[in-house]
Amino acid sequence: MNFLLTFIGTLPGAVTQGLIWGLMAMGVYVTFRVLNVSDLTVDGTLATGGAVCVMLVRSGVPVGLAVLIAFLVGLLCGLSTAFLHTKWGIPAILAGILSQLALYSVNLRIMASKANVSISVDRYTLLISQRYVREPSLCNPLFVLIILTVAIIAMLYWYFGTESGSALRATGANPRMARAQGINTDFQITLGLMLANGMVALAGALLAQYQGFADVNMGRGAIVIGLAAVIIGEVLTQKIFINFALKLLAVSIGSIVYFLVLQVVLQLGLNTNDLKLISALIVAIFLALPHFSQRMKKGQNNGGKKSA
Amino acid sequence: MLKVQSVTKTFHPGTVNANTALDNLSLHLKNGDFVTVIGGNGAGKSTLLNAIAGTFSIDEGSIVLDDVDITNLPEFRRSAFLGRVFQDPMMGTAPTMQIDENLALAARRGQKRGLKWGMKREEQERYRELLKTLELGLEDRMSIKVGLLSGGQRQSLTLLMATLKKPKLLLLDEHTAALDPRTAPKVLEITQRLVEHHKLTTLMITHNMRDALHLGNRLVMMDGGRIVLDISGEEKKNLTVSDLLARFSAASGKEEVSDKLLLSK
Repeated sequence: MNFLLTFIGTLPGAVTQGLIWGLMAMGVYVTFRVLNVSDLTVDGTLATGGAVCVMLVRSGVPVGLAVLIAFLVGLLCGLSTAFLHTKWGIPAILAGILSQLALYSVNLRIMASKANVSISVDRYTLLISQRYVREPSLCNPLFVLIILTVAIIAMLYWYFGTESGSALRATGANPRMARAQGINTDFQITLGLMLANGMVALAGALLAQYQGFADVNMGRGAIVIGLAAVIIGEVLTQKIFINFALKLLAVSIGSIVYFLVLQVVLQLGLNTNDLKLISALIVAIFLALPHFSQRMKKGQNNGGKKSA
Repeated sequence: MLKVQSVTKTFHPGTVNANTALDNLSLHLKNGDFVTVIGGNGAGKSTLLNAIAGTFSIDEGSIVLDDVDITNLPEFRRSAFLGRVFQDPMMGTAPTMQIDENLALAARRGQKRGLKWGMKREEQERYRELLKTLELGLEDRMSIKVGLLSGGQRQSLTLLMATLKKPKLLLLDEHTAALDPRTAPKVLEITQRLVEHHKLTTLMITHNMRDALHLGNRLVMMDGGRIVLDISGEEKKNLTVSDLLARFSAASGKEEVSDKLLLSK
């Protein structure tokens, strides 16, 4: 009973965090699922987004504008990876790791060589803050986040339905075919990486406001959480969510589920130092699920016809 | 129309694996030519097609299409003029996209792709009519993912996509070789119909000698990165497989024709 009460108590926080990371995970979805590229830049980009936003707000820039600029800087992070990949021929995963490493230094520069810069909701007007996570008012970060999530899903849905977005999808699905149909695949990869990192930086800006500080390490393992959200969302909804907009919604749901599971695990007595280990385990398990379910099916079919 | 002039391509130059796939090769096509290309493994047939398509850059020579020098154009820009079907049925379509979406992508070949909606309603009607001509029942399944189609269905769809926007040149790279014996003739029949209907200039690689003799108005045989035989018109019409084998031995100086050539009746 006590366990349940504590869990319910942590629900609002878990859901809110899930929504913030859901935005980040949609960026991961664009690269990992649509573009078929594993982009590891995002660990750096998330912190960049947070750093840019916090430093700008502290210097008096309105928070909305600060978030927008964080998004634009995120586009540049994606551009750098895309440049290394498409112009210098470095494999995408390595290009992402290089950008991510470089961004660590860049982020320290942005934060004036401090590893951690705080931003108090008492002194600055912020879009969201952890402080109001339990308040049943419009200050509650849930409102802003739900609106943002819906708006971003709508925009992505529209974009991927356009000629340009279709070209991007084709590039991810079959680059040779895309080129044979006159699509500049290098350009599409660049566009996709920029878009994805822009979204990750936006999530970073929101996360920094929510937790009240930007930290140079806040993006460590972000890609794992992003992948977790994508995969958990897919595993839970693949039978019912066919439409692209619903698939994006599934990412958000996956992210929330991830944070709920994390909450439960923490309550079971593991401490926060074990978080990364637990995260990796959760992701590994969900990544393995499709593999094992396929094996199970094969096992059942063994007597009869071979599965394709 | 197409002028492939003195083209040379060596893969892995300066290494023990150096391989001259195209050796000072020249080939001129007239408007409306339907050329079948045969030759053993490693003769350079696919390399020739890929050189024209721009998959890689050539070492020497030039490629001119309708008076436009495309030698240094990147692959995706050349695609504005070219229709391509690959040997591998997986290659020509986007498996995770719908049939109509694939066609919509092909309909915009060579056009700027902006923020307009990716497929207009009236397009769908057009695609339905076109798919009907394939007689595969695909017109009723336009919103399924192409990944669910069979190899033959995919190749037929790829052919349709390659000709949806009339290309200046159609490149077919053994596009029936990976299909089962029952499907291959059907896809060839569709090929022939589309080529005749659109009066397309076509370059078709095949391993099948009978197809090479039966289709097109001109036959080219390659060996060692060169063209060793070039037969057209009446002479081609009267040619038999045994003639062809004899001419090949004479032209290439090889006593025996490679296994692969003999295998395909």
